[in-house]
Amino acid sequence: MAIGEQQTQEDSDGGGDGVEANVGWRYTLDKIKSDATARFGLYVIAAVATVAIVTTIDANLSRLTLGRVEDFALAESVWYHPERHPDPGTTERRMPPFFVEGGSLEHPLGTDRNGRDYISRLVYGTRISFFVGIVATALGMLGGVLIGAVSGYYGGWIDDVLMRAVETLYAIPPLVLVIVFTVFVSGGDPDITYAVFGVGIAFIPVFARLIRSRVLSVREMDYVEAARATGVKDRDILRRHVIPNSFAPVLVLATLQIGVTILIVAGLSFLGYGAQPPTPDWGEMLRISHQYMHSNPWMSIWPGLAILITIMGFNLFGDGLQDALDPRIK
Amino acid sequence: MSETILEVTDLKTQFYTERGVVRAVDGVSFDVKQGEIVGLVGESGAGKSVTTSSVMRLIEEPGEVVGGEVDYMGRTIVGFDDTGEELVPRDDMLSESEMREDVRGNEIAIIFQDPMESLNPVYTVGGQVKEFIEINRDIDGKEAKAEAIEMLRRVGIPEAAERYDDYPHEFSGGMRQRVLIAMALGCRPNLIIADEPTTALDVTVEGQILELVDDLQEEFGTSFIWVTHDMGVVAEICDRVNVMYLGQIVEQGPVDEIFHDTQHPYTEALLNSIPRPDRTVGDLEPIEGTMPGAMNPPSGCRFHPRCPDAREPCREVAPEFRVAAETADGSPHRAACLKHEDVGYWDAGPLDSGASETTPAGADAAAEEGER
Repeated sequence: MAIGEQQTQEDSDGGGDGVEANVGWRYTLDKIKSDATARFGLYVIAAVATVAIVTTIDANLSRLTLGRVEDFALAESVWYHPERHPDPGTTERRMPPFFVEGGSLEHPLGTDRNGRDYISRLVYGTRISFFVGIVATALGMLGGVLIGAVSGYYGGWIDDVLMRAVETLYAIPPLVLVIVFTVFVSGGDPDITYAVFGVGIAFIPVFARLIRSRVLSVREMDYVEAARATGVKDRDILRRHVIPNSFAPVLVLATLQIGVTILIVAGLSFLGYGAQPPTPDWGEMLRISHQYMHSNPWMSIWPGLAILITIMGFNLFGDGLQDALDPRIK
Repeated sequence: MSETILEVTDLKTQFYTERGVVRAVDGVSFDVKQGEIVGLVGESGAGKSVTTSSVMRLIEEPGEVVGGEVDYMGRTIVGFDDTGEELVPRDDMLSESEMREDVRGNEIAIIFQDPMESLNPVYTVGGQVKEFIEINRDIDGKEAKAEAIEMLRRVGIPEAAERYDDYPHEFSGGMRQRVLIAMALGCRPNLIIADEPTTALDVTVEGQILELVDDLQEEFGTSFIWVTHDMGVVAEICDRVNVMYLGQIVEQGPVDEIFHDTQHPYTEALLNSIPRPDRTVGDLEPIEGTMPGAMNPPSGCRFHPRCPDAREPCREVAPEFRVAAETADGSPHRAACLKHEDVGYWDAGPLDSGASETTPAGADAAAEEGER
């Protein structure tokens, strides 16, 4: 078995410091497979991802074939149609879930204040939260890695300028930063896209600082010196040798950060600076439902649970990944 | 005599630290001729690695080459103009991009000390050899890969084609050192700087690597600067030797002359401290004390506080680096010791402080000196 061979090789080297045995996808995956919580996190992410992808295909297909997303079977109950449902009737509105008196299996988790099916809205909300989490984190990671790696590798005045800028950004509370950004860029007409960009920018400092600290030690490694002594350009040294070897903690942070991003974007929607109605977004659903906390608490519980489970999945997986990539934990 | 390819004259490199200026290399001169292996020997901290980095212009902040000249086959790697007030870099000095494209790798390559740290753990061994070959030679990817496999085979890696896709951690230390040699040789440089390449290896592997280098050197005609602290290694492969102490070269000459007609007490002390099968630990004569810092080097001869032969003038007069003995082939054998100068060394008494610090071994050496 390949992994076993690596292990023996490492042992016979004697001088191995353990770092090198812990590289490579095979090793990392194997480590995660043997970690029950990480595996559970992976399953949760996989489930959420599946839902997100299926609903995306569903929504796009319905646009293609029927022209309007509202016309598709599952999508139908998600978007509100005043024409088709001129008056859902009071019994249709704010229905509790089926196991509570007054509920029915027709709407297993009940309906919202406009009489729209809650479970469909939750399911469709998955893709928004999921993609928002990944895209915003990816933006922050990309920007952060670029700025942090350049800053740490070149040092000197480049480092000073870039890191002072990053620290300024870091000093502003992310929520305030994103709200100001969203309002200014969107010109008073906020939308989830602006929120994603805003959150991405707000997370640049975290990634920049992390990778910079790694780059500072990696750039002193002999293989970097060897590349320099062999005439490799600085840009290529950075791209091929420094960044890949500094990337492990960034990957862990990114995984954990996806959960935070989902939470922040949900918070933005809750405050009205993110997804706008009638978009089925978990944060937006919470914003509407908090007015009915007393009469129908389930309307708040379902999106809250959805957010909780998704974030938990990313956090458990992130922790497992951290253990697998950390050379000090065997 | 073959052509001189590298000429280093009075090279000076300093590091600016918070506690002061460290003169790591302080006026070093040596040369390398086509096809020879030149040794650069000395204790840790003598400035060997800084010298080689300076030659490659790889000194980084807070360090700086502040004087001297490095000439490589008619091209100026380091050179200064004296404006009367300060030294400014000369116009014909190669630019940074010229250094990168024309010198590093394809003209002068380096083999680093630690084979464990000198390979990038995230890429395959073959890929790294190929990368360096591609950068420094005008061949495309496929050819470069074939060449990389060929180089791996040449340095004695069994089943080179299969091992091409293995990662560094799947290689043993000796095998990795062979890979590093393949990387350096694959770029077809004219001169290879080997920075203590066998220090991290065990003795049997070291022997194999030295033999390999000797063979390859003959085959490719590459010149070497071999940096080491091991006089045994020097005896085995070097043609000429430079002995460094505290940023300066104290003795320089053909290897046989250095060993059999030693002219500097430091070299002698180095030779006496080599463990040999015919001597027990008690017979070893380690050099007393440690090398002082390069920030405040001792006055006069820098070696005098530790020198078993030190006498009064050694404390005040800095020795000149001059021809000290005749050699068979006429190449100069230089040393920097007051014994070879007319400053009253032979009339003076031994150093007081030196005498009290002198160990029995040192005293013996001093006594022998007196009998001569």
